Amino acid sequence: MTSTKLTVEYIKNLLEMGRRLDGRSLNEFREIKVKYGISKKAEGSAEVCVGNTRVVAGVKMEIGEPYPDTPNKGVLVTTAEFLAMAAPEFEPGLPGEDAIELARVVDRGIREGNAIDMEKLCIVEGEKVWVVFLDIFVLNHDGNLIDAAGMATMAALLDARMPKLTEDYEVDRSELTDPLPIRDIPIPITVRKHNEHLILDTTALEEEVLKGKFTVTTKINGNLCAMQLSDGMAMTKEEVLKAVRLARDTSSRIRENIFGDQLKRVKKQ
Amino acid sequence: MSDKASKDFHENIKDHLRPDGRKPDDFRPIKIEVGVIKRADGSAYVEFGKTRVVAAVYGPEPMHPRHLADPEKAVLICRYNMLPFSVEERKKPGPDRRSIEISKVVKDALSTVVVLEEFPKCMISVDMVVLEADAGTRVAALTAASLALADAGIPMREMISAIACGRANGQIVVDLTKEEEDAEDAVDVPVAMSSLTKRISLLQMDGDLTIEEFEAILDKASNSCVKIHAMQRDALLKKYKKEGEEVDIDDEY
Repeated sequence: MTSTKLTVEYIKNLLEMGRRLDGRSLNEFREIKVKYGISKKAEGSAEVCVGNTRVVAGVKMEIGEPYPDTPNKGVLVTTAEFLAMAAPEFEPGLPGEDAIELARVVDRGIREGNAIDMEKLCIVEGEKVWVVFLDIFVLNHDGNLIDAAGMATMAALLDARMPKLTEDYEVDRSELTDPLPIRDIPIPITVRKHNEHLILDTTALEEEVLKGKFTVTTKINGNLCAMQLSDGMAMTKEEVLKAVRLARDTSSRIRENIFGDQLKRVKKQ
Repeated sequence: MSDKASKDFHENIKDHLRPDGRKPDDFRPIKIEVGVIKRADGSAYVEFGKTRVVAAVYGPEPMHPRHLADPEKAVLICRYNMLPFSVEERKKPGPDRRSIEISKVVKDALSTVVVLEEFPKCMISVDMVVLEADAGTRVAALTAASLALADAGIPMREMISAIACGRANGQIVVDLTKEEEDAEDAVDVPVAMSSLTKRISLLQMDGDLTIEEFEAILDKASNSCVKIHAMQRDALLKKYKKEGEEVDIDDEY
């Protein structure tokens, strides 16, 4: 806890008037910066900054066995860690419930949004498939971690190229081949609420006041592919629907802004 | 009704019946009982068809370990756990990532109604155990947990009722079974709603829905939660109403 009661009251009073500490409007995002290829050893990697929030994500691929119920599909494994350097309240050790939740919400967006054509990752049906490891690390926590993590993950996937497969099904990383078969760009948008106001892209300080959150992930066509309401927020049905529409419109705008070039490529396929 | 009209009528009904013969809005047989774990301060059993869950509450009691105590309010500790033999393939005992996430969203939902400010430096523990799983275990667990808290006499602003709605085999349905969840087009949306202010405090979704479909699912879920709440209330009355006592219930907010 870094905020005093006075700061909390001040933030609340401002929100009541539709204003925020940093002068943004309630549904305005901070500047989003995407940097690709932050680690050349990875099959794909990216860093996304949303204001001072900084998240890196990397893709590594290995050969493994498919799940018995999806013998012709690749496997996706997503993990997330809040590094101890990212905020004074974070401690080293195994991921806590917040990190697990973040990884699972991002994972469901990618998976259910059909971001990757998993059937293209099948090598020998029922025996050998590509396993895609998505690892997300929060380097600096200044709020809105799920959205930043979702964008970083998508950027890393768009950056990724498949390693070469040798004749006896070994991975040859000396040569990267085709890009990963990306079919959609799902983007999660998290909505918070103060009384009847809906707020986007909260800072860490704002999140001490607005504890509850509602994340909605939407696909290119505007369909919903993942949702998660948590951290003790109670919304009326009308508020939920309003938040869903706000998230969908914002997601579409951000996708166009940061993945404009890739969007054309993905749509073509 | 003429023979043909009768035949059309029955065919039409049959088209919309679900694999287990239910209509889209039908629950599976629901059984709710309060006070099933005698040593606990409060407890409840909830059965949605073959999904069966027990919840027990201990507390409020002094927070342990003490350094985790909150000087302003009680800490709510929720543990959702599936028994190894509750599912087809044996589940390794103990928490996994899925159960940690479910425990968290259940805790988050309950914390919107439990008056935690009443018990600073204390903890209230809610344990939920899935005896048998046939989809909808988190909503059954949350429905049971809310009852167990009420049974333990812990002050709550309102009750929480939960149900999963979604899409399976081309239609919007209530209370999906595992078989329906495995349908090609299946989308499962667990929803929890409070009894008086009708606020949604748990909502998860994964799949592919248009906003219109989602709206229809949310409508069905909120109507269903009202019905579940009536059953929760009956279960509490069954334990606490004295013989011949008149109970005046005011559900208006």
